[in-house]
Amino acid sequence: MLEFPRWKKIWLWAITLLAILAALPSLLSMTSVRWPDALPDPMINLGLDLAGGSHILLEANPSQVADQRLENMEESVRSVMRQASPRIRIGDVSTSGNQLSFMVDSAADVDRARELLLPLVNGTGLTREWDLRVVDETRFSLSPTASGIENAVTQAMDSATEVVRKRIDSLGTREPTIIRQGDTRIVVQVPGLQDPEQLKSLLGQTAKLEFKLVDQNALPADVEQGIAPPGSQIFPYAAGTPFEGSSVAVRRLGGIKGDQLTNAQQSFDPQTNEPNVTIQFDQQGGAKFAKLTSENVNKPFAIILDGKVLSAPNINEPIRGGSASISGSFTVDTANQLAISLRSGALPVDLTVVEERTVGPDLGADSIRKGLLAMGIGSLLVIALMIFTYGRFGIYATAALVLNVMMLLGIMAVLNTTLTLPGIAGFVLTIGAAVDANVLINERIREERKRGRRVVAAVENGYKEASRAIYDANVTNFIAGVLLFIFGSGPIRGFAVVLIIGLFTSVFTAVTLTRMWVASWLRKARPQELHV
Amino acid sequence: MRLLKLVPDDTNIKFLKWRVPFYVVSLLLMAASWALVFTQGLNYGVDFAGGQEIRATFTKQAEAPIPQLRDTVAGLDNVGDPVIQRFGAANEVSIRVKLPPEAEGDPAYADAMTRTITTALQAEYADIRIDGVDSVSGKVSGEFREMAIYALLAAMLAIALYIWVRFEWQFGVGALFALVHDVSLTLGMFALFQMEFSLQIIAAILAIIGYSLNDTIVVYDRIRENLKKYRKMQLPELLDLSVNETLARTVMTSLTLLVALVPLLLFGPASLFGLTAAITLGIFVGTYSSIYMAAPILIWLGVDSHSFVPEESVAERQEKVARGEM
Repeated sequence: MLEFPRWKKIWLWAITLLAILAALPSLLSMTSVRWPDALPDPMINLGLDLAGGSHILLEANPSQVADQRLENMEESVRSVMRQASPRIRIGDVSTSGNQLSFMVDSAADVDRARELLLPLVNGTGLTREWDLRVVDETRFSLSPTASGIENAVTQAMDSATEVVRKRIDSLGTREPTIIRQGDTRIVVQVPGLQDPEQLKSLLGQTAKLEFKLVDQNALPADVEQGIAPPGSQIFPYAAGTPFEGSSVAVRRLGGIKGDQLTNAQQSFDPQTNEPNVTIQFDQQGGAKFAKLTSENVNKPFAIILDGKVLSAPNINEPIRGGSASISGSFTVDTANQLAISLRSGALPVDLTVVEERTVGPDLGADSIRKGLLAMGIGSLLVIALMIFTYGRFGIYATAALVLNVMMLLGIMAVLNTTLTLPGIAGFVLTIGAAVDANVLINERIREERKRGRRVVAAVENGYKEASRAIYDANVTNFIAGVLLFIFGSGPIRGFAVVLIIGLFTSVFTAVTLTRMWVASWLRKARPQELHV
Repeated sequence: MRLLKLVPDDTNIKFLKWRVPFYVVSLLLMAASWALVFTQGLNYGVDFAGGQEIRATFTKQAEAPIPQLRDTVAGLDNVGDPVIQRFGAANEVSIRVKLPPEAEGDPAYADAMTRTITTALQAEYADIRIDGVDSVSGKVSGEFREMAIYALLAAMLAIALYIWVRFEWQFGVGALFALVHDVSLTLGMFALFQMEFSLQIIAAILAIIGYSLNDTIVVYDRIRENLKKYRKMQLPELLDLSVNETLARTVMTSLTLLVALVPLLLFGPASLFGLTAAITLGIFVGTYSSIYMAAPILIWLGVDSHSFVPEESVAERQEKVARGEM
């Protein structure tokens, strides 16, 4: 137990020094001393609860993805049937109950229609995306498979994450963290952000822009009651527009989406001088827009943003330049925000804020100062208690405690973990618990001496007999720490991280290092009596 | 230098003599804790109840004017019934509001509510500093509640299983019982004093589950050792001997934790007060339970020296593993 060959000592000291060295950049960052740039500088990150900033958890509604997918499928089905030669005539397409079904007019076309549908239902991956069935000879029914929906949701979330990133970058905030969480959530953390209002309204805007033809045959009375003619849909006017409170009926199909843009800018209407948004379609989008406007001159079309009508102007002439301006009773701010949202692309799915935590920067700095003060006082008390109770062995325990805190910091820096407010409590708890091992060992040594064992044997037995309980106690703490890590979120994880790493460093310093020091002392001083 | 001895060398307290009355008192305390939890209820923070919490500091006043603050906030439109509490230091407060049921899951409503309150506060009190805003939807808080229960149950079971594997089934049951005792009393305290019960408190309880067992393990380890050593000794006597022999350790390890934690309780950041208070309380309860709950139960569960005859080899082997790693 007390044998320490030279190579082992070198090895132990090397580990200790390396870990302490890793703690230096983090410690120096609190002072004015600069760490040389040429050296690697592992750093402990400060959590938002210490650095200040905003944490926002966004959630998507997956059923919306399924609805969107059904709508796209309907468009695809109609277009392949129309483009088939000879054209396959089909009846009304129904999309109720998350299922799409339609009838082929002539039974002779059934096989051809099935051929055309197969590439649509099989998708690009290995799994089938839709179940295709033919019932009653001519009725096709398409229902999405579970894996098809799953893929669609994953894709939607991936692109939503990308859009969120672009939008946050447009605000010029520093170092935002944007992570997918679970199946339908995105975590956004922006350090230093004090007022998340702007960010939230930016992320809350789906920015799905649509241009749809107004159904002029709809009876105004029906529209106001929300009854849409077949093949049409009713959209309300957006808040703040002149017609707020009333609605418009538009043709469900045949419109175009505003997602094929190369640019969007806030500008001013030359006539009224009101803020508006000028969009520039890409080539394909521009062609579609030109086609829509040239085929429907003198008819009104509605500009719909996120399910709300901004305006329903008349098409006076075909618009071929590929650019259009959208007015909708904007302020400069809201127009600017819409421009940013359109530039970054529409979110494929609405995102709702389900959790938000914002911490002011003063509070974080205050917490660190108070935490350090409490940690300092606590450490001094622990050290005093250990030295007064165990004398020389208490001094060893103290040295181990100091190295323990340094190593804990160093390892946290190397692993690039985050120090949170509960993490500070974790440090204090680690300081109080790290000396437990020394207490167990020293008390056992006292006991062994009392039973009349000689000094070396007592020390040897003390370490040996105490190690069982130390081991068991650390394992139970480890179990609790790991569960804390698995179930905890954000700041709580920071607590778990400190506790878990602290267990390892404290066993290393309080058991292994002190044993090495005690062994050297015993060999050099050869004491006949122990004051412990 | 004369060294401190907190527990005199030949301490021999007859702990076990009073085991029945202590058990009765503890069981009553546990029952009372659960009764409090179910009747008074826990004062759930936004983590578990959902809603918004605004934390603020009055930078120029020693004490926050809470009654006046309550009037200010309650007088606002669409805010409902606020819960206003001192939060850590006397000049720090937390204001909690819940969304009305019809607006549940409407982030815009929640935002408007927060904004109304912070604007009103800043207009009314020149020295107020808004330190933070937490907003948790009903869905997320529901998940947090579920997660908290799973985490606590999983931790208690996993640790009890470990003790069973390392010792004997009676010790596993004893450890589990001691843990249930500690967790119950902590929950009871939070129900009694209506301190805010948040995710941090769950973290504290998990830490307690880990640390309160440290003392239990020390006592159990000694019981095992003595069971092998004194095969003829009566169990109550043997338990008393083990508890007394390890008493210095139990007192000292709890004391080092306490002297580290109390400064954090007194001088630490306000937002850590609940967590630190829970752990500090847990240390007291845990120390008591390792002597009075975890040890006597072994008598009733019928532990004797034979319990360890087949277990010796396993224990020895694991001990070697432990030593090999150090």
